[in-house]
Amino acid sequence: MNAVLAELWPYLALLLVGFLPNEIWRLLGLVLARGLNEDSEIVIWSRAVATAILAGVIAKLILYSTGSLATIPLPVRVAAAVCGFLAFLVMRRSVFAGVAVGEAVLLLGGFLFAH
Amino acid sequence: MSVLSTFNSSTAAFFAGVKSALTSVFVLVLMGTYIGIGALAHDFGLASWWLALSTVLVWAAPAQVILISALGAGAALFEVAIAVTLSAIRLFPMVVALLPLLRGGNARLRDLLLPTHFTSVSMWVESLRLLPALPQEWRIAFCNGLSVGYMGTAVVFGFVGYYLAAGLPPLFAGTLLFLTPLSFLISTARNAHMMVDKVALVFGLVLGPVLTAMHVDLDLMWTGVVGGTLAYAVHRLREAAT
Repeated sequence: MNAVLAELWPYLALLLVGFLPNEIWRLLGLVLARGLNEDSEIVIWSRAVATAILAGVIAKLILYSTGSLATIPLPVRVAAAVCGFLAFLVMRRSVFAGVAVGEAVLLLGGFLFAH
Repeated sequence: MSVLSTFNSSTAAFFAGVKSALTSVFVLVLMGTYIGIGALAHDFGLASWWLALSTVLVWAAPAQVILISALGAGAALFEVAIAVTLSAIRLFPMVVALLPLLRGGNARLRDLLLPTHFTSVSMWVESLRLLPALPQEWRIAFCNGLSVGYMGTAVVFGFVGYYLAAGLPPLFAGTLLFLTPLSFLISTARNAHMMVDKVALVFGLVLGPVLTAMHVDLDLMWTGVVGGTLAYAVHRLREAAT
């Protein structure tokens, strides 16, 4: 019984804390789909909250890396993110250029300094 | 694009949607994003089929990144649910803006369920761009085809990232893992048109790691609520000052 539960657990978690809390907003949109302005104050606030939360996750993934990314030293990871971001700004706000430069710096730094 | 309006069946409209998805620039973005998410899922010890199911059910890359990293790190379920739901509020106004384009004529509520579930950034941007040129009767089928094209790409490249991360030497696997934070950092900055979004990005980048280092409970929730509300307050103060 416990073995079955352990096997199914991640799928149950996916439904309960992944699918449901995400889908609820789509369904609310379907049910209450009457005029909500893109520029209304509540939309601006909720977008700011969502942006901050995603930014927090991004920073944690870079600073507190796990697994194979953790074998690349922290200063290299931070330098790669900074270089990627600068490349994005310099090269006419191209996401592709930013990602390519960031990854190249990470690969080079990792090659030179990996544990 | 005028070819698009000449379907004679909903099947033809559906496949025109699939084709439109596979030839759009978003498909490249999705490939890169889901290769990164696949590597992330592997890193946090989740099964590849779990990832595929999460792509189909959740269908929102930010929510999936939060879900995978928080579940994988052993966060409390309550905290994961709060963080996912806070990241998903943006879906609400997107659905509200999309449905009037689909609803016209005699669309039934259950016909709108699939497009509602499929609503995500890539599908939404393309639907708002392409649907107005189509006859009302084929819009739902086209929109579903478009979404299936995007979702199929995401599922396939999730597997690609997962098995690449499993098989590659650590340095290259680490490079794949880095795709997620790097591409999300840059694309979030790119999508931040208003000052309030840029400020929220900076506050989140600082608060997330600080609250983690201080071992604050529900750190993701506080990062969002505190960082987002502070950014909103800055926005209001600036508006009041002008």
